[in-house]
Amino acid sequence: MKKTFKRCQSLYDLPAHYCPGCGHGIAHRLVAEVVQELGIREKTIGIAPVGCAVMAYDYWNFDCSEAAHGRALAVATAIKRVHPQNIVFTYQGDGDLAAIGTNETIHAANRGENLSVVFINNAVYGMTGGQLAPTTLLGQKTSTSIEGREKKAHGYPLKISEMLALLPGVCYIERVSLHSPPEVLKAKRAIKQAFKNQINNLGFSLVEILSPCPTYWGLAPKESLDWIRDVMQKEFPLGRIK
Amino acid sequence: MKILLSGNEAIAQGAIQAGCSFYAGYPITPQNEIIAYMAKHMPQKGVFIQAESELAAINMVYGASAAGVRAMTSSSSPGISLKQEGISYIAGARLPAVIVNIMRGGPGLGNIAPAQSDYFQATRGGGHGDYHLIVLAPACVQEAYELTQTGFDLADKYRTPVMILGDGILGQMMEPVVIRRQKTEDRRQKQPIKPWALTGCKGRKPNIVKSFFLREGALEEANLKLQRKYEIIRKKEERYENLFSSDAKIILVAYGTMARIAKSAMLELRKEGYKIGLIRPISLWPFPVNAFRHPSSVIRHPSFLVIEMSYGQMLEDVRLAVGGRQQVEFFGRSGGGVPTESQIMNKVKKILS
Repeated sequence: MKKTFKRCQSLYDLPAHYCPGCGHGIAHRLVAEVVQELGIREKTIGIAPVGCAVMAYDYWNFDCSEAAHGRALAVATAIKRVHPQNIVFTYQGDGDLAAIGTNETIHAANRGENLSVVFINNAVYGMTGGQLAPTTLLGQKTSTSIEGREKKAHGYPLKISEMLALLPGVCYIERVSLHSPPEVLKAKRAIKQAFKNQINNLGFSLVEILSPCPTYWGLAPKESLDWIRDVMQKEFPLGRIK
Repeated sequence: MKILLSGNEAIAQGAIQAGCSFYAGYPITPQNEIIAYMAKHMPQKGVFIQAESELAAINMVYGASAAGVRAMTSSSSPGISLKQEGISYIAGARLPAVIVNIMRGGPGLGNIAPAQSDYFQATRGGGHGDYHLIVLAPACVQEAYELTQTGFDLADKYRTPVMILGDGILGQMMEPVVIRRQKTEDRRQKQPIKPWALTGCKGRKPNIVKSFFLREGALEEANLKLQRKYEIIRKKEERYENLFSSDAKIILVAYGTMARIAKSAMLELRKEGYKIGLIRPISLWPFPVNAFRHPSSVIRHPSFLVIEMSYGQMLEDVRLAVGGRQQVEFFGRSGGGVPTESQIMNKVKKILS
């Protein structure tokens, strides 16, 4: 029988440490496949966030750096400016990119840094035990919004992608999801676009990925995917934002 | 070649000559001449970024250093407080970097007058975790120029962050500086190769820059590696100046700008017949404990008078170095107050009376 699919070189053959049903494993693979298909593994430098994906470099077979919580885009800015020929991307969660790192995110985007950003939005802080995130939905229960997110006390889900789309330095923003195989394929296409933009020196590109967190949503893996489809994407509509 | 520069400009010039090709900073007084000088004089292949915050600036330095180039940031006290998280990560990831602190009065917003009240923060690590910076304290503009270059060499040699610790007076005052171009060329050529740097994994295994060690025992191992490095630095990198200590009954101890005022007081007192010496620590970490072992060949038990623009921070290191064997006195002012020559002289005479 002919082999039609195999693990790509950019991804190590390791069991993932993530919870069952977590979206990080899929997102890691998509990034690795894009890097492989574009033939840029040997010049790619990834920046891992602080959060569940801090050890992303354990899975990716290319150069990587950690960054302090929220500072990935400052670190990436410097690496890209020092090595403009390399392909530099950050992989960040919602707490990292849209709470503690909002400043770095906005200013890197506004400078039009020629970077690619993979932004994992799972509406919750995963690594620390499921606290309220900037992207938590109204009514969503977390360990720090026990009765559900309430607008008076916690404000609204932050739509950082739409905010960033206003900036002239930003060339591309798309929101995608991992809730079904067709959506996963679209997510991969978007990531590839973000990397291609960098190769073509077009400036700042960001792909927001709605990603399941069954553990802290209190849902089974399949229910988590349905929740993205039925609830989460109403707040965070999919598609090209810029 | 001799040119007139402020301390801040001399640090920037020293950095550029040491091959610093990445600078990120955020404006704060009294160090703004550094960021302006770097913006104007950074060589064409280098990178200058005015960052959106001190946090971004130090993390850009982290990134540039991880990418393998000589990188620097500068600030003044409140801004240095903001950078501490990043400095801890730089130390933890074993990255070289140069961080300049031109100290001003604190705590809080304080004021923009010169001070030395960040000594604890500089010499004890400053951020979280068991780490140290090499801390170098120039006392004149020429030395600011030289030590910045030394700082880059030490940072690379030990893969560790180095702090240049000055105060507002040093940063602002202008003095003639001898610029040595040839030495610079030699230094550039001697820059070490960095096989650990992030350049893309062509022809090698991927490099990972990190300070996160989750596996049981791994972080302890990483810490012991750091500690062994610090032990070598303690042994090899003590720097100090010793003036007239051999016959001194009282030895003044001061660093940076304060040491210049102390020196004037000492020379005046010697004119009046008092046997006074001066120890000027140049490396504040490692603290030059050897300067205090046998400072005098004639006087068995000289007393020490520590003088600082703080309320007694280096004082603790002097006490530790002396180990209770001799008397240690202190005179300090801060919050914009600077101990004057006559105040120091009066203090000495009071001790001797």
